[in-house]
Amino acid sequence: MEKVEGDAGNFKITVRKKARYVDDSKCTGCGSCAEKCPTSVIDDYNEGLAERKAIYKYFAQGIPSVFTIDAPHCRQLGQGKKCGVCAKVCQAGAVDFEQKDQIIEFEVGAIISAVGYQVFDPSVIPEYGYGKIDNVVTAIEFERLLSASGPTGGHLDRPSDMKTEKEIGELKKQVNKAGKGLQRFEEKFREASAEFHKKVESGAVSPDDEQVEWMTKYAEFAGMESRLHSLEEKAAKFDVATHLAFIQCVGSRDFRFYPFCSGYCCMHSVKEAIIAKEHESRTNSFVFGMDIRAVGKGFEEYKVRGGKESGIQYIRGRVAEITEGPDNNPLVWYEDTRVREVKAKEVDMVILATACSPARGLDKLAGILDIELDEYGFIKTNPINPLDTTRKGVFTCGCAQAPMDIPESVAQASSAAARAAELVIQIEEKQVA
Amino acid sequence: MPDKEEVRIGVFVCHCGSNIAGYINIDTLVEYAKTLPNVAFVQPNLYTCSEGGINEIKKSIKAENLNRVVVASCTPRTHEPLFRSACAEAGLNPYLFEMVNIRDQCSWVHMQQKEEGTHKAADLIRMGVAKAAALEPLQENELSITRGALVIGGGIAGMSAATSLARMGYRVYLVEKQDRLGGMLNNLGTLAPGHLPAADVVAEKIGEVKALSGIDVRTSSTVTALDGYIGNFRATIETGGKEDSVMVGVVVVAIGADVLKPEGYYKYDGQRVISQFELEGRLRQGLDESIRSVVMIQCVGARSPERKYCSRICCQTAVKNAMLIREANPKAHVSILYRDMQMYGVENETLFRQAKAKGVRFMYYDPKQPPEVGGGHVKVFHQLMGKEMDLPADLVTLSTPLVARPDADPIAKLLRVPLDENKFFLEGHVKLKPLDFATDGVFLCGSCRYPANVREAVAQGLGAASRAATLLSKEKMFTSGIVARINDETCIGCQGCQDVCPYQAIWFDDKAGVCKVNSVLCKGCGACSATCPSGSAQLKGFTSKQLMNQIDEVLAA
Repeated sequence: MEKVEGDAGNFKITVRKKARYVDDSKCTGCGSCAEKCPTSVIDDYNEGLAERKAIYKYFAQGIPSVFTIDAPHCRQLGQGKKCGVCAKVCQAGAVDFEQKDQIIEFEVGAIISAVGYQVFDPSVIPEYGYGKIDNVVTAIEFERLLSASGPTGGHLDRPSDMKTEKEIGELKKQVNKAGKGLQRFEEKFREASAEFHKKVESGAVSPDDEQVEWMTKYAEFAGMESRLHSLEEKAAKFDVATHLAFIQCVGSRDFRFYPFCSGYCCMHSVKEAIIAKEHESRTNSFVFGMDIRAVGKGFEEYKVRGGKESGIQYIRGRVAEITEGPDNNPLVWYEDTRVREVKAKEVDMVILATACSPARGLDKLAGILDIELDEYGFIKTNPINPLDTTRKGVFTCGCAQAPMDIPESVAQASSAAARAAELVIQIEEKQVA
Repeated sequence: MPDKEEVRIGVFVCHCGSNIAGYINIDTLVEYAKTLPNVAFVQPNLYTCSEGGINEIKKSIKAENLNRVVVASCTPRTHEPLFRSACAEAGLNPYLFEMVNIRDQCSWVHMQQKEEGTHKAADLIRMGVAKAAALEPLQENELSITRGALVIGGGIAGMSAATSLARMGYRVYLVEKQDRLGGMLNNLGTLAPGHLPAADVVAEKIGEVKALSGIDVRTSSTVTALDGYIGNFRATIETGGKEDSVMVGVVVVAIGADVLKPEGYYKYDGQRVISQFELEGRLRQGLDESIRSVVMIQCVGARSPERKYCSRICCQTAVKNAMLIREANPKAHVSILYRDMQMYGVENETLFRQAKAKGVRFMYYDPKQPPEVGGGHVKVFHQLMGKEMDLPADLVTLSTPLVARPDADPIAKLLRVPLDENKFFLEGHVKLKPLDFATDGVFLCGSCRYPANVREAVAQGLGAASRAATLLSKEKMFTSGIVARINDETCIGCQGCQDVCPYQAIWFDDKAGVCKVNSVLCKGCGACSATCPSGSAQLKGFTSKQLMNQIDEVLAA
């Protein structure tokens, strides 16, 4: 949305519809474009844990089911190279590299801002090591790891292990290539590289210039191969994560970042711990929190059941630091307030329950809508009129106004619709009269 | 449809990403489905419910001349309406659709047994195809809608719902049991956060109610009967012994909740040991200056074996009252003994922080080692200090939960809606339908659903109004085609069906000597057809023939 003119009951809105470089009236969502697209891009939807193509759908069930070209990453659009593979394979003729942003205007009686929130980036918290310790992930990343349609098919593979597996894959390719490079010499000198290497080492032969080159290449090859073997040995012992630490209030209830409580994260962690146990029966989960705020309908009961049936241990207190121990295992340092002792718990993976931050760009939107934000950057409302913003005719619901869980967001969405309907119906009645 | 039309079934097999395809061999199922009788077309889809999948169904119905559709995917509970409407959009009667659940009841439970799981999915598809061949087109009944609402309960939630509906132009009957509107707020001093006087909030809301001519307020009144069905309810309202009957299209339940009286907890005496609710009253009059120390105990009678739930709002109430005491008398010591401080969200956590700054003391207690009250003192084990604390307490305040009102039960029976294990009203879906009941045309809001503060109660009241308006704004509506039908030629008039019908949808026609079905009230549960000794009661869409076809097929394997 770029512009709002007029007043409650008679707003004129200007919206920019960004070019997706695919004609949404033609695209059938078949996906053959993405299959053939040569460019892979880090997949934001899977929290960077997987890759997608430069022509993509954000997620499989997205509505409308239409592909979009990620222009900066596209060879043709972003990098000035010749490509156009997607346009060639598209049977519907939907790809349109010439598509431009569209400016759309329309008239409405009321506006509802339901822009949601954004997950806090925990890399600014030095003591939790996010971004430095591979096996410290956010709750949303963990959500993708738990998902059957996620990057690991729902297996709790550890990021450090995935990294190693990826390195093994790449090393294998390199070893293969280097091995082929050695073949030329082996055929010419009619000897295996290793055998010749032994002779050189023992001083039995003195290599000529070409043989020196051979041996240099062989040394590189042998180095890679031994690294590959050691990695493969390490990988043979890899197991899914079974010891999980969930850290609450990451960025929330923290004066350095957001002093407020994000409301939903306690239940999110409990849910993730319960699902992890369903996926893998050996799972042991520890939830570290100052208070476990299970305040919705059925939530307390769910939390208690998580303890009894899924073996979740709830540990009171704020975690002081996370360091990396042996085998890429994070160590969680905390004070056990029940016994007043500082302890370190070694786990396979740490999950950070990150705060609910105001949506990116909400300040700009507030300027366009001419509404006030609160001191944290959420849309300002008041307890007696919880859906009304500071401007008549502009309403808000969900996490745009403050952190809240799904049932409350759904209830509020209906409420905001009611406020908007009251206004629009009354104006229509006046016009009729 | 002509009798002899060839049955042409289209079968769509969904991968559901890897949810099904990860554990079951889809190619095998597709090839197998092609071999089944009457199957004219088979197609796998990555996500049949995606826009692309739906378009495929619509396209194939036309291109392949299909007259039955089977989708083998997830559960009808969430996706049947979507697939039915896809059929309807392609011009096929939506009841010529059959759903086969190969995810929740197959791939998810047989993740370790790919071969057996695939075999079972094939069995399920064969059964679905056999039933589909016997499906008949069904019709939906058209209903008119009375453009008025009955709101039961005149507290802040009910008043919010009523004012919103009235502003949208609907007639509202607002029924309140007490002699005045306001509900729980009439008993409170100030509201957290910001210490808004509850009386002002109530007065303002009552002002809004009175200013709206569309609201017919009935105080000192109760609803004694409710007949009819969505769009056309007849409610009987009793006021001072006189009964009046009104017609409405929808009903909103907003009867609130009671505060538990802490009889038997922590030497409660109503004098020196009182409930947080009783403290509200005392604070309004001004707390006696001789009270120099107050200890509040949270979770009294809640989060315990006898009442497992957390009452959500008691922590914020305690913090607010603790601050009021400190503000009125800065020398007074106030301690709150808690298990978890449930100060969720932005406003509550801010209040919590302010209370700490004002010198309110917070101490965790372990429910296994609860505080001891006696002789003007409270003893509690302080974990951080590792020792027992002896706190002087001129006044002990017990925070007790909101509990369901005794009239929740009769009202639930009247409206034919369910209660949960704590006797709060049970919404249609915990996440997605928090303000709807499974029963059509009845909605809920406020603390009768689950404890809510004022912000939440107002929002829910407006939300329930919005949900109600989605019905009231329609000229007419259609009921489901899946309803029972009683064959009056074979019915023997035993009335067994009438006894088992949970929706009072069956009545006995004295003259004809047979039972008849009110197809608007019928919810298609099938209890009548399972009971009928002569096979006269049949549930459309689940007839004996259709079910026997399925059973024959599974036994044929």
